[in-house]
Amino acid sequence: MKTWVYIDHFKGDIVPASWEALGVGKGFGPVTAIVFGAGVDAVAQAAFEFGADEVMVADDPALADFRVEAYASTLSALAASHAPHLILLPTTTRTREVAGMAAMDLNSGVITDASALEQSGGVLVATRPAYEGKVIEKVTCSASPQFVTLRARAFPKPARETGRSGALTKAAAVADAKTSVEGFAAAETNVNLADAGVVVAGGRGVSNDPGLGFKLIGELAGALGGAVGASRAAVDAGYIPYAHQVGQTGKVVTPDLYIGAGVSGAIQHIVGMRNAKLIVAINKDAEAPIFQFARYGVAGDLFQVVPALTAAFKKRLGK
Amino acid sequence: MKIITCIKQVPDSEAKVTAQNGQPDWGGATLVINPFDEYAVEGALQQKEAQGGEVIALCIGPESAKDALKHALAMGADSAVLICDPALEKLDSQGAARVLAAAIQKIGGADMVIFGRQTLDGGTGLTVSQTARALGLPLLSFAGSIKVGGGRATVERVIEEGKQTVSASLPAVLSVVQSIGEPRYPSFMGIRKASKAEIPAWTLSDLGLPAPAPVVTRSELFNPPPRNITCEMITGDTPEAIADALADKILAEKVL
Repeated sequence: MKTWVYIDHFKGDIVPASWEALGVGKGFGPVTAIVFGAGVDAVAQAAFEFGADEVMVADDPALADFRVEAYASTLSALAASHAPHLILLPTTTRTREVAGMAAMDLNSGVITDASALEQSGGVLVATRPAYEGKVIEKVTCSASPQFVTLRARAFPKPARETGRSGALTKAAAVADAKTSVEGFAAAETNVNLADAGVVVAGGRGVSNDPGLGFKLIGELAGALGGAVGASRAAVDAGYIPYAHQVGQTGKVVTPDLYIGAGVSGAIQHIVGMRNAKLIVAINKDAEAPIFQFARYGVAGDLFQVVPALTAAFKKRLGK
Repeated sequence: MKIITCIKQVPDSEAKVTAQNGQPDWGGATLVINPFDEYAVEGALQQKEAQGGEVIALCIGPESAKDALKHALAMGADSAVLICDPALEKLDSQGAARVLAAAIQKIGGADMVIFGRQTLDGGTGLTVSQTARALGLPLLSFAGSIKVGGGRATVERVIEEGKQTVSASLPAVLSVVQSIGEPRYPSFMGIRKASKAEIPAWTLSDLGLPAPAPVVTRSELFNPPPRNITCEMITGDTPEAIADALADKILAEKVL
C-alpha cells in the first residue's frame, strides 16, 4: 500500500501526533512524509528521523501561513499525480480541513479521529467514536486515496533516530489561498490539550478566587508536564479562555492522567475526558457526579489540596 | 447581507445513546438543534443586526428536523429550508457538502454561510470545509468573533496555538465557536412566528442532484466496553497528608 503521512505543524512546531501517524504508516510499508510550509527543512529532517523513507516537501512563501485552500490544493495536486492509496494525518483543526477539501477534489472521503486502523480482507477498517464517544463505529472508505486522521495518543510514537536521512523530493505549491492572515496571538499557557499526557482541569469550584485557583491548577499541571483544562462553567464565567474548555463544545482529551479540581462532572464535561486512563477528582462536594467516573477522589478544598499535591509531586519527581 | 446558516438535528447531549443491532439508539430522548449550530444561528443573527439583511436556516434531515429549523426561526431567523429525501439517509460528509452547496446555490447564494464547528452525532467536523470547497468560497473557520466591512469578513480564529486574525472577501463560508456569544433564547413572538411558519422541503430532484453514493460508510456500531470503576476516596488529617497519599496512589498507577 502506497502510504503518505501528512506532517502537521504550526509555524514549524510539529504536532507530535504526526509521528504517531508516521508509525502507523510504517506498519503498512514504506512511508512518504508530506511537509508543507516555508523554510521547513527542519520539519523534513525530523520526518526522516522519525522513520519516513521519503519526504515530499512543498517549501514556498505562498505556504508560509497555514491557509487551507492552498494546502489542500497542493496536497490534492500531488495525490492526483502520485496516486497514494492511503493518506494518514494527525487529527487537528488544520488537518480535518486539509483532508476534507483534498478529498472533495479527488472524489474520495475522510475518516476522522481513528483510534485503531486494521486491514481486513484487503479493506482498511478504522475505529472511531460517534455520538460523543457514547458509541464506537467501524468505518471504511471505498475510494482512493483514503484519508484517515488519527486521534492523538491512540498509537505509539516511533523512536527518533538522530541524523537519519532519505530521499527528499521537492514539490510545487499551488498558491490559491483565499484568505489573508493578519495577526496571531499565542496562547499564554499550554492549551495543546489533545497531545497532553496529563490534563489538570478547573471548574466552578475556583469561584472564590478564580485567578488564584487557575494559578494553582497551572502550577500542578506544570509540575506534571501537563496542560490546563477547564469545564464549561469556568469558561462561561470568564475565569479562563475558551481554548482550555474540555467537553461537548470544547476539546476531547485522552490523557494518561486527568485531574479535575472543582469540576462537578456535568455530562457535557464528562464526554470530553472520560477516556482518560486515570481520572482523579478533587471537589468539596462529596456527592459531585465526577466521583462516579474517578478512580481516586478527594472530598476537599482545591485551594488547599491542589498546592499540597503540587508540593508532593515535586518532592517525589525530584523537581 | 444575506446569511445562510446550516444546522442539523441531533440527540440531546444528555441522551443515553447506545448501539442496538448496529444502529444508534437514543430511546425517547429529545432531538434538538445541534448545540454547536445554535452558535451559528446566534452569529448569523448578530451579523444581521449589525449589517441588516436576512438569515435563512438550512438543514438536511427527515421531516421531524423541521423542529430544529423552527428553533432557528424562533431565535430570529427569517426563513428556513429543509432538504428531505429518503435517498439522503446514508450520507457521508462529502455528500452532505455537495447537497448543501446545491441548496445554497438554489437559494441564490449568500454573502455568508455560517456553520457550527461540528455536529454531536457523526462529529467528523468535515462538512464545513467541504461545503466551502464545493462552493469554491474562502473558509474562515473556528471564528470567535466576526467583523464585516468593505466587502470583507475578518474573524478571530480560536485554534490550538492561540488566536489568529484572518480575513477574506465575501462571499465566504464561516464556522463559529462558543466565544461568538451565548445563543439567545427564542422570544415569545419568535416562537409564535415559528409555529406558524411554512417550511419548504426540497428533494434531491428539486436540487437537480442524483442520489449521492457515500464513500465513507459504517460497517459496525457497538457499545464501548463498560468501565467498572469504584472511586477510592483519599482521606487524611491535613491537606498535606491527603496530597502525599494521593500522589503515591497516582505514581503507583504508572501513568506519569
